[in-house]
Amino acid sequence: MSALLAVVVDGVIYASWLFMIAVGLTLIYGVMKILNIAHGSLYALGAYGAASLAGYWLSQGYAPFGSYAALLAAAALVGLIIGPLIERGLLRFMYGRDEIILLLVTYAVFLILEDAIKLIWGVDPYIISEPYGLLGIVEFANLVYPTYSFMLIVVSLAVGVLLAWVLHRTRHGKLLAAVIHDREVSQAMGVNVRRYYLATFTAGAILAALGGALTAPTVSVVPGMGVEVIVLAFAVVVIGGLGSLPGAALGALIVGLLRAAAVHYAPALELFSIYLVMALVLAFRPQGLFAGEQVRTI
Amino acid sequence: MKKDRTPSLLLATLVALLILGLVLPEWRFLGTLAIGKGLTVLGLLLLLRTGLVSFGQGLYYCLGAYAAGTLGQFWGTTDALLLLVVAGLAAGLAAAILGILLAAYRGIFFSMLSLALSMILYGLLVKSAALGSTDGFNLPAPTLFGLPLVSHDSRYPLFVLACVLGVAAALAMHYYFRTPLGRLSPAIRDNEIRVEYLGASVRAAVHVKYVIAGILAGVGGALTGMTVGHIDPEMAYWTTSGEFVFVAILSGTGSVAAPFLGSFIFELVRTFAYEYSPNSWQLALGTAMLLIIVFLPAGLWSLVQRRRA
Amino acid sequence: MSHLLEARNLDKRFGAVTAAADISVTVAPDSVIGLIGTNGAGKTTFVNMVTGYLKPDKGRIYFEGRDITALHPRQVTRLGICRSFQIPQLYNSLSAYDNLIVALGIVLRNAKPAPWARAPRLVPGHDLPLADAAEALLERFDLGEFRDKPAGVLPEGVRKLLDIAMALANKPRVLLLDEPTSGVSSEEKFAIMDRVMSAVRAEGAAVLFVEHDMDIVARYAGRVLAFYEGRILADGAPDVVLADPQVREYVIGGQAEPKEVSHA
Repeated sequence: MSALLAVVVDGVIYASWLFMIAVGLTLIYGVMKILNIAHGSLYALGAYGAASLAGYWLSQGYAPFGSYAALLAAAALVGLIIGPLIERGLLRFMYGRDEIILLLVTYAVFLILEDAIKLIWGVDPYIISEPYGLLGIVEFANLVYPTYSFMLIVVSLAVGVLLAWVLHRTRHGKLLAAVIHDREVSQAMGVNVRRYYLATFTAGAILAALGGALTAPTVSVVPGMGVEVIVLAFAVVVIGGLGSLPGAALGALIVGLLRAAAVHYAPALELFSIYLVMALVLAFRPQGLFAGEQVRTI
Repeated sequence: MKKDRTPSLLLATLVALLILGLVLPEWRFLGTLAIGKGLTVLGLLLLLRTGLVSFGQGLYYCLGAYAAGTLGQFWGTTDALLLLVVAGLAAGLAAAILGILLAAYRGIFFSMLSLALSMILYGLLVKSAALGSTDGFNLPAPTLFGLPLVSHDSRYPLFVLACVLGVAAALAMHYYFRTPLGRLSPAIRDNEIRVEYLGASVRAAVHVKYVIAGILAGVGGALTGMTVGHIDPEMAYWTTSGEFVFVAILSGTGSVAAPFLGSFIFELVRTFAYEYSPNSWQLALGTAMLLIIVFLPAGLWSLVQRRRA
Repeated sequence: MSHLLEARNLDKRFGAVTAAADISVTVAPDSVIGLIGTNGAGKTTFVNMVTGYLKPDKGRIYFEGRDITALHPRQVTRLGICRSFQIPQLYNSLSAYDNLIVALGIVLRNAKPAPWARAPRLVPGHDLPLADAAEALLERFDLGEFRDKPAGVLPEGVRKLLDIAMALANKPRVLLLDEPTSGVSSEEKFAIMDRVMSAVRAEGAAVLFVEHDMDIVARYAGRVLAFYEGRILADGAPDVVLADPQVREYVIGGQAEPKEVSHA
């Protein structure tokens, strides 16, 4: 019984992390039809930025709880600086070109940013574990978890709710839905599509960086940490449906629980199972579990 | 009707390579490696001309290498031709099966599915202790009819084999594009519906091309494994497939020789960049890719073509 | 069955829209039939059903006595029913010549006795080697000067001709032309239609063409089918049909300017 509970709790914790890293990707695809491979390096930049900022904060002897603000601030900074840089500086010249070309452009940006990280921060790992341990631990039913992990669940839920609210309840959100639906018509009706693209990409970048920033205290921050994250994010987003917000949540939950189950019962299947589900979804319901566009051919 | 100069050019290239390999021994390893990867990229070229970007050729590249590797390491087979044939067959069989599914997809979904499939193989290999997990394992030195292809003194025989293989594959692909099925590639890319309305099955054609690309990647992977002497699951990781895509874009799809030239330049740059600036060679790569996409969408080969015109 | 092509009681509905209601048509060999009707009247739906792109909800379609209702467009083409498209469907990056080479190459490949056998040297129906058959088709439509130009940059009238030329690759016994003169300037319309008809009549195929221009219909059609809201309002000689009061009211009178959106 406690093993099953452990699987569920582990699964939900992992799922909330997956949601954090996948939601920005699905948002950008949904609005701009771009599969942003640079998402992985934005994640990494968020982690490095957080490690630096929080590290600086703590080394100056300021209030330890302020380090959380530092994490969030780092994510915001990375997103607000790098996001527009990529979108205004590069992507906007490529709109209208083939999806695959845009994919390759983001792949190129990913390569560039990976090395940019190495050049700025070097190759040695950064460890910033204080925010992780600061909140203590939680004990129940024979299981022990760091409270930080539960905070992560809360944050990802908050992010999901906030995004849902923005998209469905605010004027801007509804206009965004119009842009997603038909870009040309929206433009003809006076919607400044360019601004929405910029806003969306930046939001996606902030979300990616946030995922990295919140992860930083739990791992050693090393070059290449974005590489594995991209494929995981792809898997989550494909399973849930490209461009779907609830899809990202459902996909994250499925992958999270699956991985937790694998880790506990069949460790050899851990990696394989995630991509198997991704392939199965693509095979039987390519638009994902939350229906979107037509995908298969004649 | 223009005279088809390509076969004679390819044969002339073969002779030139064999001579170069003889007088420049330090370049043999790089050359062989470039041909192994070039074969995989040649398969990508076929798919690109058909309008498909596979982000998962690493699957067949790795499968071919491991097929040759297991035969070599655990059964003691070292005959290079046999290993290459087995690698090609294994990869071809896998592509034939997986192609049944993949041939129905296009665009981003084709790319994503091919990526997912290669990551499945990666996941399987990483956890398989019998095959060395993340470390992979070494391949014994290849032989041909009992004679060593690689020894302390010389990599030349293996280099010769690689060159012959590369040129043969390029020639075969060149003739393939002149067959009715080969000509369907750009047609499918441009207008699938018209192809169906002319009486051909697009899905069947794509399936065949996917298998051909798989076989090429499998043989390329085995060749690479034999040259390097070592294989590991990284060959199936998405970044490996990404590199192949990058080289394909770099080379352009204009000529069957382009993948090999592109691979060679890529390996050359990578080797030097690594030595002098290991932390910025990806930056150089990414920048090069961006420049090519923006200014030279037909790849490097278009530079050669423009000069000829 | 003495009819070349026969459609019996075809019904097709798209939600609330009736695209075909009890459509029955018989086509004799060697006939030239004009299909007229306002946008959405069901002409293109009829073409799509005959070529296998759409399946009728009810009814059957026979070609030379054989039931082809359930066949895929690929199979219908190979049997001898080919079509051209309102918006020319070409391989834009390939030259006009190469477009025809692809089309004829498919015919050649389909003629192989077995998948592993060699393709025959002569293209069936054209009795020429591949390259010569392509040149011949180019000549037939007077496209020689555009031979090596990419299809994507050719003028619209030329693209239309190429589109129709490709439809002839399979030596059809029934040729369906979807608005062969649309998108072409009025001065060019007759020139194009002349060229098409002379090239096509030599095939001995039955021709059905969808057309909005009544002058074209009057000049080239031997028989006219008037469609309205999925039904055939009139079926007969052009002067009779075009003078029919119902046709004048619902079809010619109600003629709207914009082109029908092709389902192809």
